[in-house]
Amino acid sequence: MTWFLDHLAQVGGLLVTHAYLAVVPLVVGLALAVPLGWLATRFPRLYTPLITASGLLYTIPSLALFVLMPLVLGLGILNPLNVIVALTLYTVALLVRTVADGLSSVPEQVRQAATAMGIGPVRRFVTVELPLAVPVIAAGLRVAAVSNVSIVSVAALIGIAQLGSLFTDGFARDFLDPIVVGIVACIVLALILDLAIVALARAVTPWLRGGRAG
Amino acid sequence: MNLILAYLTDPAHWQGSGGIPARVLEHLIYTLVTLLVAAAIGVPLGLWVGHTGRGRWAVVNLVNGMRSVPTLGLLFVAVLVLGPRIRGDLAFVVPSILVLVVLAVPPILAGAYAGVDAVDPLARDAAKAMGMSSREVLFGVELPCALPLLFGGLRSAALQVVATATIAAAVSVGGLGRLLIDGQAVRDYGQMAAGAVLVAALALAVDLVFALVQRVAISPGLVPARRRPIDRKNPTPANPVA
Repeated sequence: MTWFLDHLAQVGGLLVTHAYLAVVPLVVGLALAVPLGWLATRFPRLYTPLITASGLLYTIPSLALFVLMPLVLGLGILNPLNVIVALTLYTVALLVRTVADGLSSVPEQVRQAATAMGIGPVRRFVTVELPLAVPVIAAGLRVAAVSNVSIVSVAALIGIAQLGSLFTDGFARDFLDPIVVGIVACIVLALILDLAIVALARAVTPWLRGGRAG
Repeated sequence: MNLILAYLTDPAHWQGSGGIPARVLEHLIYTLVTLLVAAAIGVPLGLWVGHTGRGRWAVVNLVNGMRSVPTLGLLFVAVLVLGPRIRGDLAFVVPSILVLVVLAVPPILAGAYAGVDAVDPLARDAAKAMGMSSREVLFGVELPCALPLLFGGLRSAALQVVATATIAAAVSVGGLGRLLIDGQAVRDYGQMAAGAVLVAALALAVDLVFALVQRVAISPGLVPARRRPIDRKNPTPANPVA
């Protein structure tokens, strides 16, 4: 506890970097996964290849992906962008399936009703299908957010500073305090992100909160 | 790219205790031992929870909660705390395997539980109506029907273990992670990248083996996979890799 109080500023700084490295891929990944998920439901022939490709991507261990990224992107190994791109890939891989499943969970009658009301395909997607898919997408997003926080800490092994650096520093000095502080900070960050997504999903789906349908 | 090829085509890297085949073998042994221990814990427990319906809440929370624990930190804590109490080479291996087991149990447990939980209640009722005992229902009906999801849990646990065993090289255990960590220490990017390629290939191979076993082990009656409707209150997406 004293160690934590003495190093408050350092831990805070690492926490901010950690949050940044975990959240940017989440947002970018979601932005990429929505159109891909739409493609997978709109053109059923694309479903299997898209899901298989994302499954294979997800199979690659994080440390391996972090090490190979500089080769693919042509950046220095210490560039945090490697971590951001790698995590974006993981996020997309996880969310393509979730988005596709969420979109196909929208009842056909609802889709037809929207069409019958004269709503065009683009507006129907944005105002009807996507909002109805939010609960399923949010569930996937929560998983992605929480695992991103854990995976970011692995990047400490290739020398990118964030909360994981507390683990490597503590281990190198045979000193438990920073490691425990780092673990707690990671869990707290994951919890905050998780709650934020739950709150956001609730805010955009007011119909799920209302009283029972008459 | 040339660096990777140069490393992989050097015959010296394919021999001896630090050679690639030895590292692959170590990696596979860690993975297999972990999976066996974790399955011995997770499968019976998951079947029991699914069969009796007790402790569902605990299973869901355990799985979600474990995801947020950073693997690397857990690994370091285990080695620092347990290491000094264990003698010799095992001082690093035992705590590492322990952490790997802790990580592998939740997905296996969840897979077994979800498999039994998803069994068509009509099938269960029919088995009971035919006079099967509770035990016969579990092993004759629920377990075979649960296999697809149970294998799904084992498969994601296996991938997680392969990935985390790589990271465990940071605490001096063997396996392919050694190439990455040792390469990093001497700034040999070729060795690191070669290690990364090998780890990725190993993970894909393990996943492929699981896919094949799954295809053989699961009753053909369960295969025509209609895409099941999603449970909106509790959708459970795939388990992520560490």
